[in-house]
Amino acid sequence: MALPDKLKAEFTELISHYPESRAGLIPALHRCQEELGGWVTPEIMEDLADFFGIEPVEVYGVASFYPMFRLTPRGTNVVKVCHNISCDLRGAAAVLQRAKELTGAEVHGTSADGRFTLEVVECQGCCTTAPMIDLNDNFHENLTLDELERLIGGCK
Amino acid sequence: MSGFEKYLTSRMTGEDSHTLAAFKKNGGYATLERALKEMQPAEVIEVVKASGLRGRGGAGFPTGLKWTFMPDPAKDPRSRYLAINADESEPGTCKDRIIMDEDPHGLLEGILLACYAMKCEASYIYVRGEYRHQYDRTAAAIVEARAAGLIGKNILGTGFNCEIHMHKGAGAYICGEETGMMESLEGKRGHPRPKPPFPAGFGLWGQPTTVNNVETIFNVPFIVEKGSKWFRTMGSEASPGNFLVGISGNVNKPGVYEAPLGTNAKVLLEADHFAGGVSEGRQLKAWFTGGSSTGMMPGSTVDVAMDHDSVKAAGTMLGTAAMIMLDDTQCVVRAMQIIARFYDHETCGQCSQCREGCQWLHQIFKRIEEGQGREGDIDLLTSIGNGMAPGKTICALADAAAIPAHQMIKHFRADLEEHIRDGGCKINKTGKCAAGHSHDAPATEKAEAQA
Ligand SMILES: Cc1cc2nc3c(=O)[nH]c(=O)nc-3n(C[C@H](O)[C@H](O)[C@H](O)COP(=O)(O)O)c2cc1C
Ligand code: SF4
Ligand code: FES
Repeated sequence: MALPDKLKAEFTELISHYPESRAGLIPALHRCQEELGGWVTPEIMEDLADFFGIEPVEVYGVASFYPMFRLTPRGTNVVKVCHNISCDLRGAAAVLQRAKELTGAEVHGTSADGRFTLEVVECQGCCTTAPMIDLNDNFHENLTLDELERLIGGCK
Repeated sequence: MSGFEKYLTSRMTGEDSHTLAAFKKNGGYATLERALKEMQPAEVIEVVKASGLRGRGGAGFPTGLKWTFMPDPAKDPRSRYLAINADESEPGTCKDRIIMDEDPHGLLEGILLACYAMKCEASYIYVRGEYRHQYDRTAAAIVEARAAGLIGKNILGTGFNCEIHMHKGAGAYICGEETGMMESLEGKRGHPRPKPPFPAGFGLWGQPTTVNNVETIFNVPFIVEKGSKWFRTMGSEASPGNFLVGISGNVNKPGVYEAPLGTNAKVLLEADHFAGGVSEGRQLKAWFTGGSSTGMMPGSTVDVAMDHDSVKAAGTMLGTAAMIMLDDTQCVVRAMQIIARFYDHETCGQCSQCREGCQWLHQIFKRIEEGQGREGDIDLLTSIGNGMAPGKTICALADAAAIPAHQMIKHFRADLEEHIRDGGCKINKTGKCAAGHSHDAPATEKAEAQA
C-alpha cells in the first residue's frame, strides 16, 4: 500500500513548516492513525519511512514511544478512562468499573463483538472537571454514571 | 479579598472570546503594534526583566533573565526559535488549556512580543496530542492573525518577520521536559538531552532556542502594556503578578482560578469565590501544593501563602500551582500508589536510576496499599528515592518521582506503617467500594443528588 495522495499532499505542506522534514513525523503518524483505520500498521510505518527518507525501524521507534499511537487493531469505539489522582478522587474507579460492564471489554482489551476498546490513561488535563473519559477522541468531563451509560449506549 | 485586579482572565468572557474580533475589541494586538513601532527589542526584555515575571511551567525561573541567555545575533547569526510548552501533563494541572480555549490571541500576542524581544524568526507551539480542541482553537487564531497581517512577513508594516507554527505531541509526559520536548518536536522519541548545552545555545535543530510555558508568555503583553511597576503591585516581592491556580479533588467548586501569587492556600480552598471548601464539609487530610511532583502535605499545612518562597519555606514547591485536595475519607497510600504508577508509566527509560527507581517505587507502594507491605519497605523506599536525586540522571523526572515518595514518608509514615502492620487499608475495608474508598459514585453525581 502507498500513502493516499490526499495525505501525501498534506504531509508535503506539513514539512514546509520545519527546517528538517522529519519534524513532521509525529503529526503525520496522527493523521495516518485518524484516516487509515485507527491504528498504525506496519505498512503505514514503511510508507512513512519512505516519505520521510528514514528507516522503518526509526518510525517504529517513535510510534512505539508515544502512548497515543496504537500498534494493534482497535474496536469500533475507543473509551479511555483517566485513572490519575484528581479523577480518582472524584470517582474514576467507579467510572472504570461501569465502563467495563457497559462495554464488555477489559482494560486494554477489546470487547468480543469488536465494538469497544477500553483503556486507562494518565492525566488528560481535565482535573478540575473530573472525572472524565475520552470517547473516540472527544473529552467528556464532569462525568456521571448516567451520562457514561448514555454515551456508551449512543455508540455505533 | 475578592477585590484584587484580574487581568489573565479578563477577556475570557462570552462565547466568542477566542476570535480576533472579540480580542481586538478588548484592545488586543495594540500593545504589539506599539512595541514594534516604539520599542527596541532590548527594551521589551528590560520590561519583562524588571517585572520579575517567573516561569509558570513549574520551575519558576525568571523569564527576562532566561531571555538574555540567547546569544547576540550580531555574533551568532544562526536561526533562533521560541518553543512554547503546551504539553501540560503534570497531574492536577489544567490551566494552559483555558488560555488556548478562551484567549488564544493573547497567547499569540505574547509569542510575537517575545520573538521580537529575542529576535526569533519563528515559534513552535508544542501542544499535547489530547488537547484537540485547544489545538484547533489556537490554529484557527493563527489563521485569523496571519490574514490580518500579524504573523508572517513585515508584520504591521514594521519590517518584523515572524512565523508561528502549531505542533502536536502524542501523549508522553516527558515531552513537557524542555529538552524532551525539543527531541519530540524534531520527530524523535522524547528522550531528554543532557544539559549543558542549554537550549539557548543548542536548542531546536541545534539552534538557539528559548522554551517558555503558555501561561508565562500569556503574561507578557499585559506587562509590556501596563509596565513592570503595575505588575509588581500584584503578588509578592519575589513572585510578582497573578497566576492561574487549578484546584481539584475533594472540594465543592473545583476549577481554575486567577489569584495574586502569595494568596493563602486556605483562602483558595475555602473562599466562596474560589474552591468553596472541602467537599461535604469534611476535613482536609492531605493536599498537593502544585501538581503531583510536589508530593503531599498534611491538611494542617494548608495555611501557607502560595508563592515560590513561602511554599518552599513550608517544605515543598509551588510547581504548577495545581492544588489537589484529599478529604479525610481518602487513603493517602492509595493516592501515593497512583502517583508512583504515573511516574513508572512516564519515565523515558534512558537512565537506569530513574527507570528502575520509578518501577521499584511503584511496586513497593502498590504492595503496601494491597496489604503485602514488608518490614523494611519504608527504608527501602527512602534509599531508592535517594538514588534518584538531582544530578544522578539526565533530567528532573527522576527527582519529580522521588520527591512525592520522600514527602510521603516524612508526613504520612504512620499511614504506611499502619498499612504494613494491618495488612492493608482500613478505609478500604470499612469503605463502601472495593476499588477505592468513598468512590461509590462520581462526585458529580453526589453533588446532583444533594441539589
Ligand atoms: C518531567 C518534566 C515535565 C515537565 N512538564 C512541563 C509541562 O507539561 N509544561 C511546562 O510548561 N513545563 C513543563 N516542565 C518544565 C519545563 O522543562 C520548562 O522548565 C518550562 O517549560 C520552562 O518554561 P517557563 O520558564 O516559562 O516556566 C516539565 C519539566 C519536567 C522535568
Ligand atoms: S531522568 Fe528519567 S525521564 Fe529523565 S532522561 Fe533519565 S530516564 Fe528519562
Ligand atoms: S487526573 Fe484525570 S484529567 Fe487530570
